[in-house]
Amino acid sequence: MSPARGATLAEWQHDLFLMASFTAAELSSTRKTAPVNSTSIFVRFFEWLGDLSVFCAQLLRAVFLPPYEFREFARQFDELGSKSLPLVALAGAATGVVLSLETHDSLVSFGAKSLLPELLVLSIGKESGPIITALIVSGRVAAGIGAELGAMKVTEQIDAMEASAVDPYKFLVATRVLACFLMMPLLTLASDFCGILFGWIATTLTDPISLHLFINNGFKEVEFSDFLPATFKTVFFGLIIGVVSCFQGMRAHGGTEGVERAATSSVVLSSLFIILADVMLVRIIQVLFP
Amino acid sequence: MTASTDTTVHASNELRKEAPQPDAPPIQVKNLHKSFGEQRVLKGIDLELARGETVSILGRSGTGKSVLLKLIIGLQHPDAGSIRIHGREVTGQPRGQLNEIRKSVGFLFQNAALYDALTVQQNVAFPLERQRGLSEAERSQRVRELLTNVGMEKHLDKLPGQISGGMQKRVGLARALALSPDVMLFDEPTAGLDPITASEIDALILKMQKEANLTSIVVTHDLPSARTISNRLALLRDGEILIEGSFQDLQASKDEFVVEFLNRDS
Repeated sequence: MSPARGATLAEWQHDLFLMASFTAAELSSTRKTAPVNSTSIFVRFFEWLGDLSVFCAQLLRAVFLPPYEFREFARQFDELGSKSLPLVALAGAATGVVLSLETHDSLVSFGAKSLLPELLVLSIGKESGPIITALIVSGRVAAGIGAELGAMKVTEQIDAMEASAVDPYKFLVATRVLACFLMMPLLTLASDFCGILFGWIATTLTDPISLHLFINNGFKEVEFSDFLPATFKTVFFGLIIGVVSCFQGMRAHGGTEGVERAATSSVVLSSLFIILADVMLVRIIQVLFP
Repeated sequence: MTASTDTTVHASNELRKEAPQPDAPPIQVKNLHKSFGEQRVLKGIDLELARGETVSILGRSGTGKSVLLKLIIGLQHPDAGSIRIHGREVTGQPRGQLNEIRKSVGFLFQNAALYDALTVQQNVAFPLERQRGLSEAERSQRVRELLTNVGMEKHLDKLPGQISGGMQKRVGLARALALSPDVMLFDEPTAGLDPITASEIDALILKMQKEANLTSIVVTHDLPSARTISNRLALLRDGEILIEGSFQDLQASKDEFVVEFLNRDS
């Protein structure tokens, strides 16, 4: 690594750390009017991280040790997965249309119109599809989980569950995190499919091309290593959505304001962490699948 | 904070393997301390209940009455002290062991804390689905029995949001009794209810206590209710039990706080 690059990375890490600590401190704050200084931000940020670590340890225990809540998992998979499908498909279709419209004229002016299908397929499959799906799901699912668990927490429903000798980490958390984890690649495939299909429709409306030829051209140079890692990296996005939203929901307090804070912070933090994770995952994929 | 070695929060491995002792008191609390930050809520509570006994905990708001119940069932952790249910230590237990103890304890929350996404019968069935090897038919029969006992058999498919506060308390009571506990904890069972509904809840609690010979702790501000359903009352002040005894014992007290408390509530 060159010194210049090292310095940039260090600066980036510093900025990222400050941003994350500020966000976490703000979102975990219980006293809105309390004076905020850098020490308290850092203390609160590390408290938040500590709580998150304990939460993750509880989650791992709940996931791997029996008994398992299969029925609730199936319900959550349906609730979080199938009900996100129309939204994800719509977002994927819109992405395909926009990409087609935006790149068509540029490629025509460079005399590279025949590259449009391949560009569209690679662009959607490698990045647009996964990240847009993750952000859409983050908006819909993370807010839902954060608000639902937050409301259950502040109305003592989670305490009631524990008092009934039912482990809320197994019933509420593990089922939701696993559903998010496993549904993301499936939703991403659906989004990719809609993006490519509607990309072709937008292309053929301006410059007619058969679907068969579009697919042939689009996938001519594409290999599994282009699609699979990019699709499967979304399990990490699902993990982020599930863990962050359940964590924020489970630590909600303070009535309706606490529920609102849990829902908002679930979306903000999971979206932020998805984008940051994407930066690292893209680089890792580039190294592992050159 | 002074805690003797035998009341340490972290139970030893020997304690973790304890089995229920039939002759031990159903509830035994010793030298219980709990603080939230700088605020010391409980300062050495001692309480022991005999089988079938009902004790009401009285006191001003914010004196740690509900905290005491949550400590007893392991929803919160004490700073020091010992809590035993049928001789089994609650504090410092791993979750699995704690859940075994919790099966013998029912808890009625202040606002019933019904699962608002589940119907009345699903709420009552929830603990049964996970804790017992009952068939679907047996479970359904048990749920109906429980709801009939509290007079809610005609509202099986309603959501908690569609029934009144008094009805929610009834369903909460049915759910708390689902696992056939022999210890019950009531957190303000009549709070927010009109006098007639409160009397009905009292009658229901008395009926359940007689039928199942329950040992109960009732946290309440409702003195008439406490008189009706309790064998003994304990008045909490500044994190300590100021006075403990029958209602007559409390009435006979010359303590200014006790006199003021009873006169305000009577």
